[in-house]
Amino acid sequence: MSPDSLRRLDRRWIFLAVALLVILPLLFNFHIAPVQPSNRARGFYDAIEKIPEGSVVLLAGDYDPGTAAENYPMHLAAARQLMRRNMKIIAMALYPAGPPLTDQVLRIAAREYHKRESVDYVNLGYKVGNELVMSQMGQSIPKTFPVDNRGVPVGQIPIMKGIQNFQQIRLLVNISAGYPGTKEWVQQVVSRFHLPMVAGVTAVSAPEYYPYLQAGQLHGLLGGMAGAAEYEVLVGAPALATRGMDAQSLAHAFIAFMIVLGNLAFLPKGKGKGKGTS
Amino acid sequence: MSFHPSHDIGVWIAALLTLGIFSFLYKDNPVYKFCEHLFVGVSAGYYVVLTMMSSVYPNLIHPLFTSFASDRHYLLIIPLVLGIMLFSRFFPRGDWLSRWPIAFVLGVYPALRITGFGQGDFVEQIHGTILPLWVPGHLGTTIGNLLLVVGLLCTLIFFFFSKEHKGAMGGTARLGIYFLMVSFGASYGYTVMARVSLLIGRVMFLLDDWLGALRF
Repeated sequence: MSPDSLRRLDRRWIFLAVALLVILPLLFNFHIAPVQPSNRARGFYDAIEKIPEGSVVLLAGDYDPGTAAENYPMHLAAARQLMRRNMKIIAMALYPAGPPLTDQVLRIAAREYHKRESVDYVNLGYKVGNELVMSQMGQSIPKTFPVDNRGVPVGQIPIMKGIQNFQQIRLLVNISAGYPGTKEWVQQVVSRFHLPMVAGVTAVSAPEYYPYLQAGQLHGLLGGMAGAAEYEVLVGAPALATRGMDAQSLAHAFIAFMIVLGNLAFLPKGKGKGKGTS
Repeated sequence: MSFHPSHDIGVWIAALLTLGIFSFLYKDNPVYKFCEHLFVGVSAGYYVVLTMMSSVYPNLIHPLFTSFASDRHYLLIIPLVLGIMLFSRFFPRGDWLSRWPIAFVLGVYPALRITGFGQGDFVEQIHGTILPLWVPGHLGTTIGNLLLVVGLLCTLIFFFFSKEHKGAMGGTARLGIYFLMVSFGASYGYTVMARVSLLIGRVMFLLDDWLGALRF
């Protein structure tokens, strides 16, 4: 293929190739390499393992169906680990479409570990206000969330007895798609109320949170589907993210190949009329 | 490989809408436009109803009309009035009234974000870069700490524009550019991963939930 024909390549052929590289590994279920957990994923896992059984954990699912492919597997794996360790889960969301996903995750994990709603876990639902909600929760969680996602007053929910603010919570587990999410929880809650926190975030936002991990403000970080797959392996429940890793690897290899090919195709043009033209 | 298509009408609607949106990859078409407009309309309606039911009613209306005197709930009249004043924008003669609640929001939000940034980012991140440059017995940590401190200083110097980037300062700023390029490359790599993950998520939905063709 000449550089000229490469430059004129219809990009729909690239879309088709990426689609095939994603569909075929999923359909035929072949494995390139096993998933190896990173220190970041291990930090997330260990932070939950280290707190005493029966502790109260805040599970903030700040994402919506738009990023469910990345966030949902880590959310489900976190719910599984928390319930396996008999933690009391207070779930909430700062994304409007978050509560149904949280409900689904909690119900799946509760069925597996025989947990009861309102006794072992509660979904407080969505609250508008972003950072204001976080700050208000530091004063009073029952006043911020007077009712749960079903409309039941928090005073009638057994798991909420004695819960006033962040002082009764041992760990914050945040599954985040962007704003409001991990950055805001670190700024408003970790720094002010010194609540230990771990985060599972979308890949596109992950580089922004590495400084928090390096500075010890986060105890663990899951970045995108790869982070979710690592965590699924640690929890011992390989599921959606682990299954998607081979398709991800093949698509990445192809995109890397196309980037090299694309640059080679533009080399002769760069020598002549000038770089950067397309 | 066998197919077991879903019997759930909701899954079928979701699958067909997904394919409708994907059809844009071939070229713009009426099916894509229909799906896009449907999404925008449904999202707006969902957001309005959810905000009413999850925030306005339980946090404002219910305490105000059921327990006005207890727990100083009468103070909620203030946000109620401010909220109503926001709607004055629809009436040209009284639209100036909406400036008060907007001024309130503009006053509270920056203050909250600035204090959050000061505590969470500024102080803690400076604290996080005060690292030992020699860690006996841990060569990897030593190299990592050195890279972090050198990278930080060089990048900061690149953004220092009060002195011309010449000589030693120019060299340091150039090194800062290389550190920035590495970070841009890492961000781009993560972005590619994110987009491919989203595609995998949709393909899994189509193959598993809709067609029942995946074996777990």
